[in-house]
Amino acid sequence: MNAKPTRLIMGPFNRVEGDLEVSLDVSAGQVQSARVTAPLYRGFEQILAGRPPEDALVIAPRICGICSVSQSVAAARALAQIAGIAMPDNGRLVTDLVLAAENAADHLTHFVLFFMPDFARPVYADRPWYEAAHRRFAAQGGQAGQSLVPARARFLHLMGLLAGKWPHSLALQPGGVTKGVDTSERIRLLGILADFRAALETSLFADRLETIAGLDSAETLNAWADAAPMDQGDFRLFLHIARDLELGRLGLGPTRFISYGSFGLWPAGIVINGNKAAFDPTLVSEDLSHAWMDAPTRPDADKPGAYSWCKAPRLDGASMETGALARHLVAGDPLAWSLAPAGGTVTARVVLRLVELARLVVAMEGWVRDLRPGQPFCVESPLPLRGTGLGLVEAARGALSHRLGCDGGIIRDYAIIAPTTWNFSPRDQDGNPGPLEQALVGAQVRDGETSPVMVQHIVRSFDPCMVCTVH
Amino acid sequence: MVHEGQPKLAFMSTPFSILWLQAGSCGGCTMSALAADDVGLVQALARFGIHLLWHPSLSEETGADALAILAECASGKTKVDALCVEGAALTGPHGSGRFQMMSGTGLPMTHWIKAIAAQAEHVVAVGSCAAFGGIPATEANPTDAVGLQYGDHGLLGPDFRGRAGLPVINIAGCAPHPGWLIETLAELALSGACALDSLGRPRSFADHLAHHGCSRNEFYEFKASAARSSDRGCLMENLGCKATQAPGDCNIRRWNGFGSCTDGGYTCINCTSPGFQDPGAPFQETAKIAGIPVGLPVDMPKAWFVALAALSKSATPKRVRANAHADHVIIPPARLPPKQSS
Repeated sequence: MNAKPTRLIMGPFNRVEGDLEVSLDVSAGQVQSARVTAPLYRGFEQILAGRPPEDALVIAPRICGICSVSQSVAAARALAQIAGIAMPDNGRLVTDLVLAAENAADHLTHFVLFFMPDFARPVYADRPWYEAAHRRFAAQGGQAGQSLVPARARFLHLMGLLAGKWPHSLALQPGGVTKGVDTSERIRLLGILADFRAALETSLFADRLETIAGLDSAETLNAWADAAPMDQGDFRLFLHIARDLELGRLGLGPTRFISYGSFGLWPAGIVINGNKAAFDPTLVSEDLSHAWMDAPTRPDADKPGAYSWCKAPRLDGASMETGALARHLVAGDPLAWSLAPAGGTVTARVVLRLVELARLVVAMEGWVRDLRPGQPFCVESPLPLRGTGLGLVEAARGALSHRLGCDGGIIRDYAIIAPTTWNFSPRDQDGNPGPLEQALVGAQVRDGETSPVMVQHIVRSFDPCMVCTVH
Repeated sequence: MVHEGQPKLAFMSTPFSILWLQAGSCGGCTMSALAADDVGLVQALARFGIHLLWHPSLSEETGADALAILAECASGKTKVDALCVEGAALTGPHGSGRFQMMSGTGLPMTHWIKAIAAQAEHVVAVGSCAAFGGIPATEANPTDAVGLQYGDHGLLGPDFRGRAGLPVINIAGCAPHPGWLIETLAELALSGACALDSLGRPRSFADHLAHHGCSRNEFYEFKASAARSSDRGCLMENLGCKATQAPGDCNIRRWNGFGSCTDGGYTCINCTSPGFQDPGAPFQETAKIAGIPVGLPVDMPKAWFVALAALSKSATPKRVRANAHADHVIIPPARLPPKQSS
């Protein structure tokens, strides 16, 4: 026993957004330690410096094609803070609708195309749920993809209507949105949401959205899972798989969570070891000790000891997990607290994403009804020549911040911290691992596995977006 | 991986295989394509007998299994009808390509692109980053980003031709309309060829201008211009719109079912053209000399433009002028007063 650990390098790590390599030290059939590498650098902070501040509205969304709107909103909020303006109600409602549509579509894409296909792999052929998992989720051919990908596409008609297109819209401005909604468009929006609701209620949940949104404890969740055959609804199928594979004990992350708050539905804050507290942005720092960076915007591919292009954000020196689970823990949601009393797990992360999807669609229906055609959607937002703004937003994957400093009508510095930068950060100067690195320790590695499937479940439970991470 | 039961057209006698790589990209081209034709990328392509050998977002294979597919494509053992590359080729630092290593291989992505391109029948640059460098290749260009073949520094060089004889096919756009991708690949599968403009863009969309079909046409005709975001007026005079110069059938087809940039209320940034990322003025402001926009419609003599603009401005109906400066219709077209219910 206690043989020298074997080093496994997993890559290319697909069905995540962007480039990821995971290096594992394995012994006794378990991951002993993990290093997470982002092998791509794109330099957006350098690209933004020196440009007119409003150009951030064009450049920033292009940091990421999957959370493009989140990047737009973060940039717009930073600019709005510098301009000292607030948007009219209609502008806020449309911004929320567009952001919620991106987050909801993202939750669905993650579940159907990125996360679930792993359970359709031959390694699980002996499990009682395998036939259903394979039928529903086999990559590029499962029934779920064939019905829910088209449903997602039609849901994104909301983007066409409100934001011109997705991804990479210029509709989201500091003072509101560029597109006013008229009465016929308001009705069309309700039609789009009704179709999407029907698709989710038919195959994903096989139940009313309100029922899913109202789940409030592990017990009610389990009772719901047992109330029908396991393949009645993809969410129920996942719950049965999760129970069988004990995913509720897999991928235990740090007991520290951060959320910037979203839509007025979920307030901002942090949770440390079970205690809620306010979020203080002055406590955020970025540790570069294991990143291929000499300075926040100066890359160095030969830096000794470095192993990732990702910086290591820390709050008061500590790593933090962010995402739908964190949002709900910070908000005091009873289901989240019931599922993850002592840190995030694969089950808790995935359940809260899907429950959030149901809650978002219900909320969106209300926001469309609140729109007031004929009232303003945008106010002007002239910028002073100098100022600093902080734009905070909750992307699907969690906390995203843009800090923009301008002087003389030019961006002097632009600092982006993306959700996956938090979750997939490398070690810091004290050697403390990032949240994923921590969550991978203890994962099972079967004999002969070169890409351990349990490791894949854990990694994908965070739904990494590496392109954001390495902006 | 081809699945049983996927519909194929009778005339597609041989399958057409695509390998997709993500270089220095945001992933947005894939995200856009995921909504293709309201059925999604995989199903949209399957209609034409086109299947994905491997796609980083969509395939089951990961790690060693994925590398085996890539190695067989690079060696020529697996036929690649089209190599689709999304994202700019990052050649830095110092020409090493180490700003993007293909994970699990210890080799830069540029290596894999070159190796597989050498075997592919066609090489397709998906999006303006892969085509021309795009946003990563802004003036600062911290990663030495280049397009696959554009200019003197393209990754594959000016003389590159796919095995079928075409240069790199540039499906430009940030992100491109999914229809441009699907239709180009289907055309290649169907006829083995594709008409390209001087910058390698398929003429099927590049022969149009984004301006064609713009719903703000009446405001354009009268030079009734928007003054600020959310105004309904023409975006060209003040807000930086380049649709009269930008290749693309953007306003002839619909984006995400209903939209387009100009219908969404904002300016065309000419994202299908090389260098769009450095417009020389703020994106949302029109660069002018002596009050006249610098970027005039592509083939219009300046003197005529100025004369016509002055004439049409003086003829602008009150209705058009008022509506140009509002986010909803203030004055409807004149007609009999509406019926009053008694």
